[in-house]
Amino acid sequence: MIPAPFDYVRPSSLEEAVSALADAGEDAKVLSGGQSLLPLLRLRLAYPSVLVDIGRLPELRGIRDEDGHVLIGAATTHDEVLRSPIVHAECPLVALATATVADPAVRHRGTFGGSLAHGDPAGDLPAVAVALDMEFVVHSPSGERVVAARDFFLDYLETALGPGEVLAAVRVPKLGEGWGFHYEKFHRTAQAWATVGVAAAVRVSGGAGGGPRRVEEARVALTNMGPTPVRATQVEAACAGVELNGSATGYAAATPNGAGPGAGLDTRNGCGPGGGHSALREASAAAAEGTSPPADLHGSPEYRRHLARVLTHRALLSATTPA
Amino acid sequence: MTEELDAGLVGRQIAESGMLGEPAPDRHEVGAARRRKEDARLVTGRTHWTDNHQLPGMLHVAFLRSPMAHARIVSVDTSAARGLPGVVAAFSGHDLAAEQGGLPCAWPVTEDIVLPEHPPMAVDMVRYPGEAVACVVATDRYRAADALEAIEIDYEPLPAVLDMTAALREDSAKVHEAGNRAYTWKYAEGDIDAAFRDAPVLIERTYVQQRLIPSAMEPRAVVAQSEGDHFTLYSATQIPHILRIMLAQVTGIPEHRLRVVAPDVGGGFGSKLQVTAEEVLVLLLARRLGKPVKWTESRSEGNLTVHHGRDQLQRVALAADADGRLRGLRVDLLADMGAYLMLVTPGIPILGAFMYNGIYKMDAYDFTCTGVFTTKMPTDAYRGAGRPEATFAIERLMDELAAELSLDPIEVRRRNWITHEEFPYTTIAGLTYDSGNYEAATEKALALFGYDKLRAEQSDRRDRRDPVQLGIGVSTYTEMCGLAPSRVLGSLSYGAGGWEHASVRMLPTGKVEVITGVSPHGQGHETAWSQIVADALGVPFEDISVLHGDTAISHKGMDTYGSRSLAVGGIAVVRACDKVKEKARHIAAHLLEASADDIEFDGGTFRVRGTDSGRTIQEVALAAFAAHDLPEGVEASLDSDATFDPENFSYPHGTHLCAVEVDTETGATKIRSYVAVDDIGKVVNPLIVAGQVHGGLAQGIAQALYEEAVYDAEGNLLTTTMADYLLPSAADLPEFVTDRTETPATSNPLGVKGVGEAGTIASTPAVVNAIVDALRPYGVHDVPMPCTPERIWRAVQGATS
Repeated sequence: MIPAPFDYVRPSSLEEAVSALADAGEDAKVLSGGQSLLPLLRLRLAYPSVLVDIGRLPELRGIRDEDGHVLIGAATTHDEVLRSPIVHAECPLVALATATVADPAVRHRGTFGGSLAHGDPAGDLPAVAVALDMEFVVHSPSGERVVAARDFFLDYLETALGPGEVLAAVRVPKLGEGWGFHYEKFHRTAQAWATVGVAAAVRVSGGAGGGPRRVEEARVALTNMGPTPVRATQVEAACAGVELNGSATGYAAATPNGAGPGAGLDTRNGCGPGGGHSALREASAAAAEGTSPPADLHGSPEYRRHLARVLTHRALLSATTPA
Repeated sequence: MTEELDAGLVGRQIAESGMLGEPAPDRHEVGAARRRKEDARLVTGRTHWTDNHQLPGMLHVAFLRSPMAHARIVSVDTSAARGLPGVVAAFSGHDLAAEQGGLPCAWPVTEDIVLPEHPPMAVDMVRYPGEAVACVVATDRYRAADALEAIEIDYEPLPAVLDMTAALREDSAKVHEAGNRAYTWKYAEGDIDAAFRDAPVLIERTYVQQRLIPSAMEPRAVVAQSEGDHFTLYSATQIPHILRIMLAQVTGIPEHRLRVVAPDVGGGFGSKLQVTAEEVLVLLLARRLGKPVKWTESRSEGNLTVHHGRDQLQRVALAADADGRLRGLRVDLLADMGAYLMLVTPGIPILGAFMYNGIYKMDAYDFTCTGVFTTKMPTDAYRGAGRPEATFAIERLMDELAAELSLDPIEVRRRNWITHEEFPYTTIAGLTYDSGNYEAATEKALALFGYDKLRAEQSDRRDRRDPVQLGIGVSTYTEMCGLAPSRVLGSLSYGAGGWEHASVRMLPTGKVEVITGVSPHGQGHETAWSQIVADALGVPFEDISVLHGDTAISHKGMDTYGSRSLAVGGIAVVRACDKVKEKARHIAAHLLEASADDIEFDGGTFRVRGTDSGRTIQEVALAAFAAHDLPEGVEASLDSDATFDPENFSYPHGTHLCAVEVDTETGATKIRSYVAVDDIGKVVNPLIVAGQVHGGLAQGIAQALYEEAVYDAEGNLLTTTMADYLLPSAADLPEFVTDRTETPATSNPLGVKGVGEAGTIASTPAVVNAIVDALRPYGVHDVPMPCTPERIWRAVQGATS
């Protein structure tokens, strides 16, 4: 497919990029790694007048360990994120989700900021952003402003970025000790978008001689369960205080309603109906509350709601399993 | 030895320069896992893909395609497009109507078949989304694409015709004036009523063979050029020879002034076994404009307008005795033709008609197929073409029968299959299977698979009510390939024969050029043919070139499809080599002053029996080129032509076993292990065979799990991109365990059968059988394809609620 004609500008600094965008007016688009934008252009689903290419601006690339947060430049590629020891040490959930983005070719070109600024709720990183309360550093001719993740995603492919604004970097808060993480992605082929994804960050206290293991705080966000990433606040509330007794060896064989294998459906390998694990399952039952998942060829809304519950449970189990 | 030759000055120069080839006496090429000699250029792309052609003054055409499934074209206005920069011309269907002719159907399967006019560019009506309605020719493809947006078309929408059953009702909207029934074709053998009457076991099922979109790595591309009154068409096609004849008929360009070239072609799977609208239109535009014209499709354009595959509704019934012995099989098919009958559209489901009985004996068989018109892209050949559909139905039914009788699925097959002592065996469908050994292939597969151990694990998971259940799927398939005996094709109303041609010519330096009538598009013919010729002539593998795919070089042939290249085309190569050897023997005898009867040929050298006196075949070739001293009546140069037309199809078979883990909570599936034991007869190159089997398995598994062309209620194709039309990659597929048994075909001197389609034919039912097997305790006895997670989840829900 061939895009409609457009002009192309490659500024040599962020400042130039911002002014180029201002000059270009409302129909301009920012081009970074191009992995989301170019397919839209080629399918003629987008007709920008100008592309402002920020993909090679050195000031937009790189990962820095700063006070209280990790700063990730918007044009840092997924692959660079995955290779960053800082990311693995300080915000492992970002690494877990990034590793599931598309395929190596896309991860070498696609950028961290690009996939957030694109605002696709089926992307893996928006849910992680809202789960971790990331902050978006936005530049415009009038200066710099910072937008919280919960205020950033407005609608399907629509973000708080105004015309003339460029996402320069993202601050990922460091969560400190005691947190476990997991990104549970359900997709039909390795390269496909998430049918549903669940990002979970859980702080657990106790264990290893310090008393019973207890969920102190949970953050759960859902991929592709609505026009924007969704925080599963009811699940988070229900998880708080749950005791993980770790003794759950219960299996389907332990279920009372045994009438053929179908009766064992509400259990899962190693996570039978015992103590905290059962409570996590109960907490996960609210995962689909308040969501409005899409209907497409990969799943109906009803199926996605079901998946959200199952996958939330799995994500919580993985996030609370001691390493 | 060479100084003895009287080959003149040039001959002496050749001999002294070291250019003259030497025999390779101790190498055995057939059976060796040779790496493919064509791959370096294919994988780097440094070769003549059609789209790589850049001709002086070349123009580019872009097609405007119907956004509607079914509509009357009220008006087309191309005037604004014609005024845009770089635009050379723009045409509507009306503009081309007088010269564009109609696209051919070469397989009218019945006398009363409805054969609608099929204009390459729609004139008054559009009947499927994506049908070309106008085009722009410009100086580059970007300008051509931009100018399409300036064309104004006024459509009067008509109702889409999407569902085959509804299409056959009286009150349905009509795709064509003559109605939506294209044909009904029947076959019956044995007393079917008796077989079903009072049958102790009756299994009736309806299976849907979903519509698939062939996805060759190289998209279609066409370049056409005129030179005076001669024309050359380059196309990413499987069938340059057939295409030439057909294009001559459609366009009126005499055959001798039309050259068709299939340069290197990147995959086809049947999708390039076609005479496409774009090939006709690009040729006509080159003629009209007097300049070369190129078109290369985008992937989305291809998803809309590459002919689709499968799309059948199979209503099947199996009658059996209480011990599982088959009595009879009834098959009632609806086959979606799409909007038009393309090259072999109607014949595809008929190819399946001979395969529903599979490897089994039975008393009676009754087959009916009705071809139905809908407002969708026409269907046509796609890897396996009719045989995967048939194999799926019978192999699914055999598993259902086993479940019904609480028998092991292997055991129920064993009770019904043709045993190896019974070959040749004439089946209820009228084919004579020449050879096979189903017992041997099955035993080998069971051992490699660890069948008993996996059954034990399955039982354990069932007992534990593990949410992740294990299923085991069996597929003991056969297929008919090596298309085909010309007489049989004639009896099936097919428009051509099935012979194949080869030439072998030894060059003055003793190197060899092989010209083949088959047309490779990724299979590795250059390597396999070199191996065959190396052994036949005793020349080194490296000294052989294989030429193909150009009607000016390969002047006759029937091209590549239906796993026919080796079993038909390869045998033509063998015969051509035999003729070369025979001629060379006479020349050698003359040069050695011996009787031809006393000359023996071994390891590339002709010797007088019982002496050391000899000539290498290269020396004979040089002498034949010089022609200074040839025996009386022998023509100069050492070369030959041969054709081969087999007496029978060939019948690969095998046993495939698949273990699938099914997550009953999410519906996700994971193939745990897959064992394929295929019997494809003798093997020329096991590496090429492994590649064909792996790719075939991937394609068959893709039908079971991933691929489906979906039209919405208005008739729009939803799966126009690879985000929506899911193709598995290596990351989604398991390690395959492949092995072989070897029962040579008796229908050709190499004993080969063909392997291009076997993996695809066998694997789809193996996977679905495994999924259903996993879910049987839940009361599930079918999951429609593709078995998506949601469908599996719903099947579990439906059965347990």
